[in-house]
Amino acid sequence: MKYALFLGCTVPVRGTHYELSARKVANRLGLEFVEIEDFSCCGFPVKATNAEIAFLLAARNLSLAESKDIETICTLCSSCTSTLTEAAKRIKEEYSTKERVNKQLSHLKREVKGKTKIKHFARLIYEEIGLENIRKLIQRPLNSLKVAVHSGCHYLKPSEVFEHFDEPEIPRTLKELVEVTGTFLVEYPEEKNCCGGATMGIDEMTGLRIAKKKLDSVKENKADALIVICPFCDVMYEANQKKIEQTFNENYALPILYYPQLLGLALGIEPKELGFQFNTVKADSVLTKIGL
Amino acid sequence: MGEGNRGKDVKGQKFMSVKITGFDSSFKYEVAREPGAENIRFCFQCGDCTASCPVREVEARYNPRKIIHMVLLGMKERVFKSDFVWLCAACYSCQERCPQNVKISEVMNALKNLAVRSGYVHPSLKKQAELIQSFGRLYEIEDFDNKRRQRLGLPALKAKIEEVGKIFERWTTNDEQ
Repeated sequence: MKYALFLGCTVPVRGTHYELSARKVANRLGLEFVEIEDFSCCGFPVKATNAEIAFLLAARNLSLAESKDIETICTLCSSCTSTLTEAAKRIKEEYSTKERVNKQLSHLKREVKGKTKIKHFARLIYEEIGLENIRKLIQRPLNSLKVAVHSGCHYLKPSEVFEHFDEPEIPRTLKELVEVTGTFLVEYPEEKNCCGGATMGIDEMTGLRIAKKKLDSVKENKADALIVICPFCDVMYEANQKKIEQTFNENYALPILYYPQLLGLALGIEPKELGFQFNTVKADSVLTKIGL
Repeated sequence: MGEGNRGKDVKGQKFMSVKITGFDSSFKYEVAREPGAENIRFCFQCGDCTASCPVREVEARYNPRKIIHMVLLGMKERVFKSDFVWLCAACYSCQERCPQNVKISEVMNALKNLAVRSGYVHPSLKKQAELIQSFGRLYEIEDFDNKRRQRLGLPALKAKIEEVGKIFERWTTNDEQ
């Protein structure tokens, strides 16, 4: 099956390790990605200023996938996931919305029917490959690692647009995907807390304080790393970790890994191919623990 | 805008009156017409939203229950001029838990959209929209980025998605909408 890979804005610029590892792991799992070079921003960052333009951007991206007969878009960023999923659902279910959007898109000679499915990378491998099949491909069980999981917000919410494939109050899909690699799951009180990413541009201190709560909680519960699946969350916990340490006089040195980096290790792929050289918080302690 | 007026009545009891001049009683309808914000009038002020809010946990200025009540009272100017409306992290924690099915994250977004239309816009959001209008993405992809991608075996990205600029342009110059 072919999937259109939707990179969004942040992954190509600030999440090279995410893109490299996701592509590598997808390849190993037998998923084929199609590149659509005209994909733009999903629309999410424009939603606060103009929800209608944001919706049109999402609809245009969907129409591009439809025009290439792609059934499913695979997203890496959780905010792209919720924005595109919501747009597809509304275009499919609300006739007047579809009419209105198509009237606008007609000026670009494009049309959207709302047929496209959107799945986040984690959901895609959970549903299309399945835990059992992934388990069979594990070559290097990561039994010596203890990790904490951050499912994040837009991977799960708003739950009504995601057909309740997971439960926001008790998220499980990403945790199950992590467990398959053989790692021990660390439970921690702030598991469901937001990364605060969306507040950074408005009031940086607020964003840093929100992110700090999670880092404190993960550190207190002695995880070797925190697993994320969204570039916004990664920027908050990884790229801003030093800033949080300096601002609040803390010391975390907590490796933040994208899920495909963790799975890639378990599949026997080399760290360099999974972009470990691009992790701003060095993950050497993780690699040493698994004997690499 | 409401202004407090403290004093004593004829029996010497303390009282405080609130002037409600400048309140816009139709504001709640204006908000409810925005997509996703329809249910705002069903709010019964239980406070689940504020209790669930990660922003509220670290920043007391932001309080979704208070904002919703201010809207229902018609305190339009005060809501638009405040800095706290922009602080919603869009995490949907409140929305998932609201017993009255008020889509609170959508309400906050509707308020931001209405504020923008009334001329109040947060500079960082304005900048984001301008970047996307220019390049089709939040970050400009330069030659350097594509050379780096090539070295890593990643496909090149278009530097500019022109159709996105056209969508913005049509919207700002055309009133057919």
